[in-house]
Amino acid sequence: MNRQHHQDEIIEGREITLTIFRYDPNNKESKPHYQDYKIAETPGMTLYIALINILTRIDHDLSFDFVCRAGICGSCAMVVNGKPRLACKTLTSEFTDGKITLLPLPTFQHIKDLSIDTGTWMNAMSVKVESWIHSKEQVDISKLEKPIEPEVADEVFELDRCIECGICLASCSTRVMREDFLGAVGLVRTARFAIDPHDERTDDDFYELIGDDDGIFGCMSLLGCEDHCPKDLPLQTKIAYMRRKMVEVK
Amino acid sequence: MQQEQIIELLTQKDAKKKKSRIPARLDYLQSATGLLLAIFMIFHMLFVSTILISKDFMLAVTKAFELSFIFEGGSSVPVFISIAIVFVIFIAHALLAMRKFPISYREYKRLKIHANLMNHADTKLWMIQAGTGFALFFLGSIHLYTMLTNPGNIGPYASSDRVYSDLMWPLYILLLIAVEFHGAIGLYRLSMKWGWFDKGDGKETRAKLKKAKIVLSGVMLVLGFATLFAYMQIGQEHKASYGERYYNETYPMEQK
Repeated sequence: MNRQHHQDEIIEGREITLTIFRYDPNNKESKPHYQDYKIAETPGMTLYIALINILTRIDHDLSFDFVCRAGICGSCAMVVNGKPRLACKTLTSEFTDGKITLLPLPTFQHIKDLSIDTGTWMNAMSVKVESWIHSKEQVDISKLEKPIEPEVADEVFELDRCIECGICLASCSTRVMREDFLGAVGLVRTARFAIDPHDERTDDDFYELIGDDDGIFGCMSLLGCEDHCPKDLPLQTKIAYMRRKMVEVK
Repeated sequence: MQQEQIIELLTQKDAKKKKSRIPARLDYLQSATGLLLAIFMIFHMLFVSTILISKDFMLAVTKAFELSFIFEGGSSVPVFISIAIVFVIFIAHALLAMRKFPISYREYKRLKIHANLMNHADTKLWMIQAGTGFALFFLGSIHLYTMLTNPGNIGPYASSDRVYSDLMWPLYILLLIAVEFHGAIGLYRLSMKWGWFDKGDGKETRAKLKKAKIVLSGVMLVLGFATLFAYMQIGQEHKASYGERYYNETYPMEQK
């Protein structure tokens, strides 16, 4: 095949412009601003690769988060041309005009540039919704676990795929308006345990965790979470499931 | 009672350390009142649009609501009671839905900037719903009060005179647009919120419901404007005889 032509494409690649939000809240001298970076696109380039390119070749001061580079850790969530997405799962080729604006996720503690702290909030959320199996049964780990229906297990494991990237919260205008709102990640976490037969909590118990306007009744079904979740979790149906349950609590 | 309320104020829970069930009831009632109003609006449209078929048919429908099969010539009392019930549901829905509005400039600004930044269709739909909902506080109230005080003035000529000669048509144009957008978006959101049709592929169902929403608001707007135009035309022709009622062989004298 036309190998030379293919190589030319790699070498030449089109020039893309990344406009990146720059700000260090811990530095009094720093002022929030946008900075343009022009780089040559390579085949299969993800935003993560583009950012590493900028960091290593153009600007060592640029901050952004990443760990796994494979859409599993949820660290590299950022706002890409207005949409909250994972940098490692977003190809630069998708943007035909070659212009990409990157912002840090809103609603989380801003660290610097594109770097934010999702961990502190996620930990607090886990504690708030008591994100662990509640069971009085003494588990003997030398024996096989009590079996559950495969369909039920699938439903639970599906929700376990959440990577706590924070995109559901950053896509939620309710959460942006009302900082105490628990958001899809917290609500669906309770659904995960409500479905799991290993968890002995009743609907009354879950009501104590999410039965208010910061929880399930604060959700206005804007569906930003559903439409932006990088793991395609069934957020809308599971929030509806919890709402139906919670509204029936006497 | 007062002590109990103060305990809740201080601890967010009652004396038994239980969360209030009121937020659940409010959420349910907001949806229930919205659903009732949406269903009412669909039938309301079907009934008023009978004018497109004929004046006689519209009069027959009006007389049926005036229970003319019980009261000779019809009575405005059942109409008054129906409007009063709708008005109460309307106010209850407004009160309940208001809880979701951005209630400060800070909230409004954050919502607007975020929604514009994301350019997300369903978030924008919600903003249309909130905006039309706010408009309906006033548009709906004016219409409902007018009808509450004129329950007997419904009919081919009486309604047309109201639309044309009493200059209600500008309000009705705004009311029609606000109601059809608010109602159709509201029904779509209700089905998402409670997961009415969640069996199977949720995403596929959602796409279908979204199409249904567009069709519903489209059909209702076309029907609504055609109906409004029909009343305006009759009102214009009837201008010289303002106040005179339509009658036919079945209903020789239109009820006041």
